[in-house]
Amino acid sequence: MTHLPLYQQLLDTCAALLLLLSFAMLSQRRVVTLVNLYAVQGAVLAAATLLLAWRTGEGHLYLSAALTLALKVAFLPWLLHRLIRRLEVYWDTEPLLNVSGTMLVGLVIVVFAFALAQPITLLASTATRSAVGIAVSVVLLAFLMMITRRKAMSQVIGFLSMENGVFFGAMSASYGMPMVVELGVALDVLVAVLVLGVFFFQIRERFESLDLHHLEALKEHD
Amino acid sequence: MELLLLLTLPVAGAALLGLIGADRRAPEVNALLSLGTFLAACALTVRVIRHGDLLLGQEQFFIDPFNVFLVTLTAFVGLTTALFSRPYMRVELEHGRLTPGRLRLYHSMYQLFMFTMLLALTTNNMGLMWVAMEGATLSTVLLVTLYRTPGSLEAGWKYFILCGVGIAQALFGTILLYVAAGKVLGAQGMTALLWTHLDAVKTQLEPTVLALAFVFLLIGYGTKVGLVPLHSWLPDAHAEGPTPISAVLSGLLLNVALYAVVRSKVLVEGSLHSQLPSMMLMGFGLLSVVLASLLLWRQRDIKRLFAYSSIEHMGIATFAFGMGGAIANFAALLHMTVHSLTKSSIFFTAGHAAQKTGTQAMERIRGLITLSPTVGWGLMLGSLAILGVPPFGVFTSEFLILTTAMRTQPWAAPILLAALAVAFAAIFSKVQPMVFGETTGRRLAHPPALLPVFAHLAIVLLLGLYIPPYLAEWYRAAAHLIGGP
Repeated sequence: MTHLPLYQQLLDTCAALLLLLSFAMLSQRRVVTLVNLYAVQGAVLAAATLLLAWRTGEGHLYLSAALTLALKVAFLPWLLHRLIRRLEVYWDTEPLLNVSGTMLVGLVIVVFAFALAQPITLLASTATRSAVGIAVSVVLLAFLMMITRRKAMSQVIGFLSMENGVFFGAMSASYGMPMVVELGVALDVLVAVLVLGVFFFQIRERFESLDLHHLEALKEHD
Repeated sequence: MELLLLLTLPVAGAALLGLIGADRRAPEVNALLSLGTFLAACALTVRVIRHGDLLLGQEQFFIDPFNVFLVTLTAFVGLTTALFSRPYMRVELEHGRLTPGRLRLYHSMYQLFMFTMLLALTTNNMGLMWVAMEGATLSTVLLVTLYRTPGSLEAGWKYFILCGVGIAQALFGTILLYVAAGKVLGAQGMTALLWTHLDAVKTQLEPTVLALAFVFLLIGYGTKVGLVPLHSWLPDAHAEGPTPISAVLSGLLLNVALYAVVRSKVLVEGSLHSQLPSMMLMGFGLLSVVLASLLLWRQRDIKRLFAYSSIEHMGIATFAFGMGGAIANFAALLHMTVHSLTKSSIFFTAGHAAQKTGTQAMERIRGLITLSPTVGWGLMLGSLAILGVPPFGVFTSEFLILTTAMRTQPWAAPILLAALAVAFAAIFSKVQPMVFGETTGRRLAHPPALLPVFAHLAIVLLLGLYIPPYLAEWYRAAAHLIGGP
């Protein structure tokens, strides 16, 4: 067995934690816990970024870590918690596929993701390239979560978690994107959540609930 | 300078309209701002014609024949839609479907939407293009839900989630592109996402990663183009949102998304030396054409009908880009132009028809020609134009695409032709009674002002009969740029 340097081990731990958190989110039905898990995911992401920044000495990675910390660990979770309190949506209903079934599908997805990441791993010259497979898994698991959930709030957290996965992918494959792009992406995520906040209130005002089965009227006519 | 004006005018306009908001003159201000943007676009065009390609703002912006014609088209349709929406939205306000507060949101977001599209078109940075495309979704979500009806909320939600997920895939594709480029252009290079640099080294990029990147980019931006099977947000968003928004979504946003797909295709094809991107574009395109033309039969809502027709036409353009080569690319660019003009004019008249009769259900819209000859003729001519009846421009582009298909992809030509025939029958059989059917309604006292409609149709007619040499030159240059087998 080869001996890995400490920072490498730490990074791999972060990656493993991210994957674990994705599975935790997949099985969690309490919306408040879901938001907390999202915040922890953000924190792990920030830690990984910081580690990379320290390792490579890239200035923009420090900035990126700070941005992650501010946006994904502090602001967005705070906003989502506020929304949950105001809208009183604490539990998701039974997902479309039961938890053990979802987990099994999740496992298959992880295997698929690692196969998919193979060519990228070969190409990337970064120290963290082994983590690319995990990034792809996080994206696809978040996708699975969005498909199996019925409440608007859980779908949104799935969406945000997907963005985390994409971000981690950028980090591990190429030490992040150029700063201007990262800022733009962060801005988009922020605006997306704000728009959703407004949007939730509109749905609530109209239907008195955030259950998505109200939003299934527009079908093709037979 | 022109570019600065082009991009800052809509942003400043969005802020201004957000501030003055409910003022009675807001629609006029909106139209004026759009006029300013259009003039800036014209100035930019003149500059590109005179001096060739432009690289501006530390290479962050790149203007070539391919995007400059889309910029002008976007600004033009943006202007006519603003003109159309001025009286239209006032009537909606009088009918009590809107409040002044929501009208303020509408105007402000309209300008912001214009900005995001123009940014997506002019930027040279694939990452910024992604940011702008996502911005375009975000600025229109609240416009789709403007009426706050259950249907519109559902449409808005679907639009947000589907395009959000789609666009996340595109971000991943962009990252893959960056990784592949980093290998060639230097890992930390700020230039590794700039399209011009990528284009210069495209033959050296790692093919497997680029193929993967293209799949993600195509799924991501393809969702916004409305390619089947990623299309399900499109009819809902078009039918439930206010008419001017349906017009710009259909006429402009789909074009911009297709532009993003084609830009990616150019890079990937250069690296791959294989048919994969072409085959994927042709496959998705053909599937969209066929499925949309079949689904046209089942529509009962006038705006949904034409939304499906948009999917069909985007499919045709995608298919043509997939075939590649000088003629097919030329035809696809022409098709994007005429579809954009025709479809927005159809949405204008459909909006008026729905407003006058108080319903979007086609069975209850009858005898428009008696109610208001302008609306009736507008809808009839628009439908004929979109169905590819000569001498309208859509005929020219579809003819070119079909003949190229017969030559290079003989298997696809009969499918395409059959789908076009099905679409023709479906739309014509639905539009004919709406225009000429029996009605008990009385003729309207004041004919609506439909200048934008007839202006658009006149241009489409003109493009069918005669393409001005400088425009043809433009298309040819762009077609050459896109390349293909």
